[in-house]
Amino acid sequence: MYQIEKARLGELFARIAASGELILPVENNGTSQYGTWTPEVEVRLDRLNTVRSAKDCFFPQTENLMGFQMKGKEISIIDQRKPCEPFTVFGVRACDAASFGILDRVFLSEPVDTYYQSRRLAGTIVTLACGEPEETCFCSVFGIDAVKPGGDVSCWLTEDTLFWKSLTEKGDALTEKVKDLLTDGDEAALKAYQEKISAIHEKLPLKNLSLEGFNGDATEALFDRPEWAELSEACIGCGTCTFVCPTCQCYDIRDFDTGHGIQRFRCWDSCMYSDFTKMAGGNPRLTQKERFRQRFMHKLVYYPANNDGIYSCVGCGRCVAKCPISMNIVKVIKTLGVKNHE
Amino acid sequence: MSNLPNETLIPHIGVVTDVRIDTPDVKTFRVVAPEGGVCFKHIPGQCAMLSIPGVGEAMFSITSSPTNTDFMEFSIKKCGCLTSWLHMMEPGQQITIRGPYGNGFPVESDFKGKDLLFIAGGIGLAPLRSVINYVRHYRSNYGKVDIVYGSRSKDDLVDYNEILNEWCNEEGVNVYLTIDREQEGWDGHVGFVPNYVKELGFDTNKTAIICGPPIMIKFTLAGLQELGFDKTQVFTTMELKMKCGVGKCGRCNIGSKYVCKDGPVFRCDQLDELPNEY
Ligand SMILES: Cc1cc2nc3c(=O)[nH]c(=O)nc-3n(C[C@H](O)[C@H](O)[C@H](O)COP(=O)(O)OP(=O)(O)OC[C@H]3O[C@@H](n4cnc5c(N)ncnc54)[C@H](O)[C@@H]3O)c2cc1C
Ligand code: SF4
Ligand code: SF4
Ligand code: FES
Repeated sequence: MYQIEKARLGELFARIAASGELILPVENNGTSQYGTWTPEVEVRLDRLNTVRSAKDCFFPQTENLMGFQMKGKEISIIDQRKPCEPFTVFGVRACDAASFGILDRVFLSEPVDTYYQSRRLAGTIVTLACGEPEETCFCSVFGIDAVKPGGDVSCWLTEDTLFWKSLTEKGDALTEKVKDLLTDGDEAALKAYQEKISAIHEKLPLKNLSLEGFNGDATEALFDRPEWAELSEACIGCGTCTFVCPTCQCYDIRDFDTGHGIQRFRCWDSCMYSDFTKMAGGNPRLTQKERFRQRFMHKLVYYPANNDGIYSCVGCGRCVAKCPISMNIVKVIKTLGVKNHE
Repeated sequence: MSNLPNETLIPHIGVVTDVRIDTPDVKTFRVVAPEGGVCFKHIPGQCAMLSIPGVGEAMFSITSSPTNTDFMEFSIKKCGCLTSWLHMMEPGQQITIRGPYGNGFPVESDFKGKDLLFIAGGIGLAPLRSVINYVRHYRSNYGKVDIVYGSRSKDDLVDYNEILNEWCNEEGVNVYLTIDREQEGWDGHVGFVPNYVKELGFDTNKTAIICGPPIMIKFTLAGLQELGFDKTQVFTTMELKMKCGVGKCGRCNIGSKYVCKDGPVFRCDQLDELPNEY
């Protein structure tokens, strides 16, 4: 375990950035967003969560898949994949760090998504413990410990010190590069800090949200519940909740005529959109109720059914904070869960 | 980039070598790899993503049998952007193709040694044709074969020549054709498939395979149950909107099952376990 003075973080970032892109939360019109570090950017480690999650680093909102050249009746396919250069993501919160494991189960299962895989292999994740969680946070409900945030390197930022602890081989390699900037960490000081913030997490309002009643076998019990109608009634299908969510993985594949050929790309899509499942023969999810139900059933029932009971929500609270009609997964859990009657 | 790992989203080139007009809105396309032969191996009931770059990409059943290693065939109904484009193709046109996707029919397990009853409506014959020709190829591995096939009119029967010239004349294969309404020049059966199946009254020791529009599947299944069939003896295929074909784009699920990878073939009792959203 190591540490560095907070005042010297600029040096640390410069050193990391010297050996590959460094992505971290930066100021963006009064919000924070993951962006590339340069000496000029305003780093924001004080704000808890970026508006969009860190999934962009591995599963960007749009990405080119391949190109095509069309000549008469002939087609040639251009594999545009390039080896991904090593990069580091700094300041990832425990919830987002846990979301990578959830995306891994989708994209790294056979057949492996090589676009995602190459970024995943090239990226080193430096997490940051949450000292000032928001009232919308409920990661602990999913067994995530924001005091020990995981990743390749875990960091803790106190008023004057950043503590640095490598957890993996990738973390060791990064530590090696910055080691001369670090000094031996004060274990007692770190422990004191961890205890202090643990106490704050203990008092979060959503701490006792119960997931009882939600699991891979709950489809029958939950699917036809009448409450879905009321829960989804005001949903405008804007898709915000899916776009800010670190674990939402749905995508579309589309073609674009560049004038010099055809570019096939993929982009995030949303099960909240009315044409998501529209076919020539009709649409199995005709109203917003079915689409709304799909999103939450996927997170709390379908994903667990296919993934050893693991939920596809990390309690980051983004959908809670951002939904224009204030509908969210917490209300769904409270309404349909077995044990949440206030 | 030859050292990069295989990526299923990156397609192969296929060359259309033959186009057959089956019905006013269905054409069957023969597709080979540029170096000849099939683009990849498959099992009956599996599908492939076909695309014209710049137009679109969509899923189609491989209607040829895997025993045919010279080419693949697709029977495609014109109903939108990509399918209209495909219908304008002439031999020599290249397309892109990726797959095979889906589970396919249990031709080497559940179907083995069984009497098979195929029931198709309209373009629903496409996936069944692959199984039927596979079964004909390995004839001794299977029992009797009955085929009930219906469509709106006699002009809408896909693969009509192959049915009349080959299937109808084969030992141990019975073909029953029907069209929805009376038509000049048709002296065969008239009526909807589900009713015809009930009239014919099949032995309940058979394994049934139904494919067609959702409404036809629903009524045929009910008819078979009236005859005494159990849902565990009946197989069908599902059709949902698809993009990736490999359970990742999140589009084609019914409950926790992805039709592109856990389907499109389901046993009817397994469908019962899924939420009613298809
Ligand atoms: C597993 C599987 C197997 C299949 N096998 C076969 C097969 O063997 N043969 C076959 O012919 N088909 C098959 N299909 C169906 C085939 O995939 C569709 O017919 C195909 O996707 C249609 O593509 P398209 O681009 O021509 O249609 P699209 O242009 O996508 O349009 C299809 C229809 O959807 C509607 N539509 C689409 N977009 C919009 C919009 N924005 N607004 C309003 N309406 C819209 C239109 O009404 C149109 O008629 C299969 C599908 C699956 C999932
Ligand atoms: S569902 Fe909401 S709280 Fe859960 S991970 Fe997604 S955005 Fe965060
Ligand atoms: S739940 Fe809220 S954020 Fe999500 S689509 Fe509906 S209105 Fe938009
Ligand atoms: S088509 Fe993408 S998940 Fe099935």
